[in-house]
Amino acid sequence: MPARFLRFLPLLPLLGLLSGCDAIVLKPFGEIAQRQANLVVVSTILMLLIVLPVMALTVIFAWRYRASNTEAEYDPEWNHSTSLELVIWSAPLLIIIALGAITWVTTHTLDPYRPLQQTVAADASKPQPAPLKVQVVAMDWKWLFIYPDYGIATVNQLAAPVDRPIEFSITATSVMNSLYIPALAGQIYAMPAMLTKLHAVINTAGDYEGFSANYSGAGFSDMRFRFLGMSELDFDNWVKRARNSGDELSREAYRALEKPSRRDPVRYYAKVAPQLFDKVLNLCVDPNKMCMRDMMAIDARGGLGLAGIHNVARLRYDEERRRDYVMSLCASERGQAALAPLAGEGAGEKAARSAVEASPTRAQPQGETLSFLTDTNTLAAAATVTR
Amino acid sequence: MQERSDLMNLLFGRLSLAAIPYHEPILLWTFIGTALAGLGVFAWVTKLGKWGYIWREWVCSIDHKRIGVMYIILGLVMMLRGFADAIMMRLQQAMAFGDNLGYLPPHHYDQIFTAHGVIMIFFVAMPLVTGLMNYVVPLQIGARDVAFPFLNNFSYWMTVAGAMLVMLSLFVGEFAKTGWLAYPPLSGLDYSPDVGVDYYIWALQIAGVGTLLSGVNLIVTIVKMRAPGMTLMKMPVFTWTALCTNVLIVAAFPVLTAVLVLLSLDRYVDTNFFTNDLGGNPMMYVNLIWIWGHPEVYILILPVFGVFSEVVATFSGKRLFGYTSMVYATVVITILSYLVWLHHFFTMGSGASVNSFFGITTMIISIPTGAKMFNWLFTMYRGRIRFELPMLWTIGFMLTFVIGGMTGVLLAVPPADFVLHNSLFLIAHFHNVIIGGVVFGVFAAISYWFPKVAGFRLNEFWGKCSFWFWLVGFLLAFMPLYVLGLMGVTRRVSHFDDPSLQIWFVIAAIGAFLILLGILSFLIQLVVSIRDRESLRDVSGDPWNARTLEWSTSSPPPEYNFAFTPVVHDQDAWWDMKQRGYVRPQKGFIDIHMPSGTAAGFTLASISAVCGFALIWHIWWLGAAAFFSLVLSAIIHTFNYKRDFYIKSEQVRRVEDARTQQLASV
Amino acid sequence: MSHSTVTAPGAAPEFYLKHEHHVENGTMLGFWLYLMSDCLVFAMLFAMYGVLGGSYAAGPSPKDLFELDVVAVNTAMLLFSSITYGFAMLEMARGRKQATLIWLAITGLFGAAFVGLELKEFAHLIHEGAGPQRSAFLSSFFTLVGTHGLHVSFGIIWLITLMVQVGKHGLTAANCRRLSCLSLFWHFLDVVWIGVFTYVYLMGMLR
Repeated sequence: MPARFLRFLPLLPLLGLLSGCDAIVLKPFGEIAQRQANLVVVSTILMLLIVLPVMALTVIFAWRYRASNTEAEYDPEWNHSTSLELVIWSAPLLIIIALGAITWVTTHTLDPYRPLQQTVAADASKPQPAPLKVQVVAMDWKWLFIYPDYGIATVNQLAAPVDRPIEFSITATSVMNSLYIPALAGQIYAMPAMLTKLHAVINTAGDYEGFSANYSGAGFSDMRFRFLGMSELDFDNWVKRARNSGDELSREAYRALEKPSRRDPVRYYAKVAPQLFDKVLNLCVDPNKMCMRDMMAIDARGGLGLAGIHNVARLRYDEERRRDYVMSLCASERGQAALAPLAGEGAGEKAARSAVEASPTRAQPQGETLSFLTDTNTLAAAATVTR
Repeated sequence: MQERSDLMNLLFGRLSLAAIPYHEPILLWTFIGTALAGLGVFAWVTKLGKWGYIWREWVCSIDHKRIGVMYIILGLVMMLRGFADAIMMRLQQAMAFGDNLGYLPPHHYDQIFTAHGVIMIFFVAMPLVTGLMNYVVPLQIGARDVAFPFLNNFSYWMTVAGAMLVMLSLFVGEFAKTGWLAYPPLSGLDYSPDVGVDYYIWALQIAGVGTLLSGVNLIVTIVKMRAPGMTLMKMPVFTWTALCTNVLIVAAFPVLTAVLVLLSLDRYVDTNFFTNDLGGNPMMYVNLIWIWGHPEVYILILPVFGVFSEVVATFSGKRLFGYTSMVYATVVITILSYLVWLHHFFTMGSGASVNSFFGITTMIISIPTGAKMFNWLFTMYRGRIRFELPMLWTIGFMLTFVIGGMTGVLLAVPPADFVLHNSLFLIAHFHNVIIGGVVFGVFAAISYWFPKVAGFRLNEFWGKCSFWFWLVGFLLAFMPLYVLGLMGVTRRVSHFDDPSLQIWFVIAAIGAFLILLGILSFLIQLVVSIRDRESLRDVSGDPWNARTLEWSTSSPPPEYNFAFTPVVHDQDAWWDMKQRGYVRPQKGFIDIHMPSGTAAGFTLASISAVCGFALIWHIWWLGAAAFFSLVLSAIIHTFNYKRDFYIKSEQVRRVEDARTQQLASV
Repeated sequence: MSHSTVTAPGAAPEFYLKHEHHVENGTMLGFWLYLMSDCLVFAMLFAMYGVLGGSYAAGPSPKDLFELDVVAVNTAMLLFSSITYGFAMLEMARGRKQATLIWLAITGLFGAAFVGLELKEFAHLIHEGAGPQRSAFLSSFFTLVGTHGLHVSFGIIWLITLMVQVGKHGLTAANCRRLSCLSLFWHFLDVVWIGVFTYVYLMGMLR
């Protein structure tokens, strides 16, 4: 009897849930992720209110009105009932109203851009600790974490003290990635020349996994890092360890690092070049490149006119970063020309520099500068960047 | 790569012998297998001496029924390819743990998941639903053919041309390694300089022309060519869903065309739309492609909603419950599907208000969908349900699709999406709606309308085997993916470190294997049914005691569909005719005006494929030549004014008399 | 509810037509639908221009590049061509083949002048170094204006084809239908150009 077997189908996903006791998404260790997990559970239960009856009715009706059951009523012309239609439309409507209200509220409270007010685990009497600032760069195919307050940086390892809010500023070098640490909080995209933000907190010490959740090419599978939740003391030691490494993440070292590579070991840098993240974000770690913000400041005032027409090489960012494994394939294709200095560039460059120097935007703080990214790159970019 | 002479570059662009992957054993064996199978078919057809028949009656045919069948054959053949990709991925993920890197390097694995997505959506699901609409809609509305029969043929061959380019990428060069939507900057020239993305672009562009034109064609057919008496609110539900689907096609595919043109300009003439350079904006691509992409999933699901509506009513022996609300639900879904695209990238950081707007509009779609589900339920209520194959698939759909719908709404809650986005939970969700919805619906449709197409039913035993293998296989393959998603496992990963995940992947691989058995059972079902066709024969033309007009004519229907155009008085026109003692007319036949066949569609599509191939490999002279001959052939085609003929009343009478005798023999 | 019939109860309902069912020709509707889909392509290109139109990449802006007087002449060419096409359609309605052909030829010449001026403008820009590769603004400008120009070029090829067909077969029903389709297409391109002229050129100078 097919119907008898079908009756057990709805149980299958539940079985899966029951045995998935290491389901980190449902049992995470950070408050934000925990609230997101609760939301997953609450929404699911809310929807099961209607899904389960539908599944049950399907099986019951299929069984009861089977052709061989001549006992059951048969009414071939019955096809309308206003009251039933009312129920049919209003039952899902009510559920969606409830879920929609929950969505509106939680989307705002769990907005990754929203600074954390008060962590649950922190002692309410103590003052809220200042958030730990971490600047994240998704590279081909590894993660760079810069701690601007400590002047250190790491590759493929992230650490944070327990119960202290973390404020991530996220960007990428070349293609889109997504920063995801399931134990800590939901993910957010990492995109070149764009800034995204994530606020989160880890509440239990431990060694967790983080990775890119958006496919980014050949080395994507190995683009993983460890996230260490630590006590305040351990964290201080960890910072010391990084400082003792003696390595410096200069602009040159960064440009060597951003070359595509896979399965990179954990690396520590004791010193970081000033404003490095800002330069990464603006695609101008290479001093020969014009910063995106300068370009946008110029554009906002109407460009550089015909004088700037040949000022191209300084604004090409991707060409030189073509991935190693494809370099050989396409060396003859195009692009060599772009690397060669173009006639008239000198004049354009000079004009660019003077225009930038005249610009009031140059000295402005990061948030302000980025807000005019909004003017040029509208749509999603606007929302991404204006915080 | 060694340097080549300028002449060689001029003649062959970037095509060289190195593009043929003879060093990859998997591809080599696939090629040998395909070539042998191709040779076998070629030899067989030659031996039967059927080339002339195939050319005249199928390739050049503009009969909507033949074209519909060809679409479905294309979809099924491509499903074998898409499924081969699927099972390779399942095997790789079940093996590749710790030190074991599996058998597919990323270079190969990344092509496979891209090809799987592209093929399954564009060259399996689309041809299947287009084929169904093509076959069924004119019959359901009592028309002789579609509005533009030649365009229909052309659309079909353009779809085939696109599919051929994708297949060619297997043996000449490679396919895209970007994921099925090819997000830039990854799909830009700087990060994907090889031919993969170009194959992707041109295959979709060429097939897209076909899809768009067939959308226009079917809208006009439904609007202009309904039988007298069939007002909009008396149209069968399948025709309604087909209308809405084609409106979606016409309103969505231009967006895909435009965005792919921009991507190809970035790749071919070095413009800066989606680059990081010189002011480009990659996020625009993501927005635009999903403005097409979300309606696309409704393009796939709406027609099968129509199929289920027909099947439920027929096999419950009962009028469809809530026809009006069914129609409105379909229209509401059509409109809302344009207002939800951003839910595919909540994680881009669009801000809470934007995210919640798109989240809530997404949820609203579940209201009409839920209403539809209830309508099917209450159609069963007080019915007399016969568990024939189409009904089994429908019940399988109703039980699995609600789970997929539920997880879909869950993913529409932005903070929940932050933890589930791009995870295997997402993969499980959309396979749940696409397999549980589209695939089950297509199988329901095939087993429902097969007797109409062929004149005999499908074998029941193998059909049931196929159903149960598919159902259980689907559950085993995708329920573990939900679990893995909740364990924080992301998609498109070819190798894992955590051994505790392996068991779930092994279960999923077993599920994929069961689905393979389901597909094999279906193929066996076809073979067995053709072998036993005499015992499965249906001469009545109406084997299911069905309700709509396509069942009022013979199986298979004559070339002209209906000797006399039916007049419609009721939503369930054929049911109404049966109830009120309709008598089949046996005399007074008239000449019937029909469109005549042409090779123009096949020719134009072949030239397009050559043009696409030339552009992929930068063989500029060939591309230019193909383009100009394309324009020229199109112009020459317009000089053909003799596009129709009359079937003489004599011939109609002969066909109809034969039918009379056939009916009398029952 | 759904059991309505058109025949009176008792009377035997008619279930089929005894004569051939005359279906209204759907070509104009189909062509209109195609135009709407084309309109969406243009909408996308306008949207791209709207987003990227200010991304000069530290290069030239519309003010530095556009020569409004040339564009104004260009616009006039296209508007005149629409009017002359209208005259061609009037003559077609009167059934005067020769006059129709003359007006069509004039339309084609105006169209060719439009495309020629546009190509000259493009050549000038590219020569100056402001090609579509220079900045996202120029990429979207060349694509939007170029796509329109490509449409006009195809319109001219189509127009010549139709002139040959009208010359050969006269103003038959099929040819009249084709002329009407091209008429829709031609006026549609005119409307799109007004959008381009306003949004790209005029507003570009105001930016």
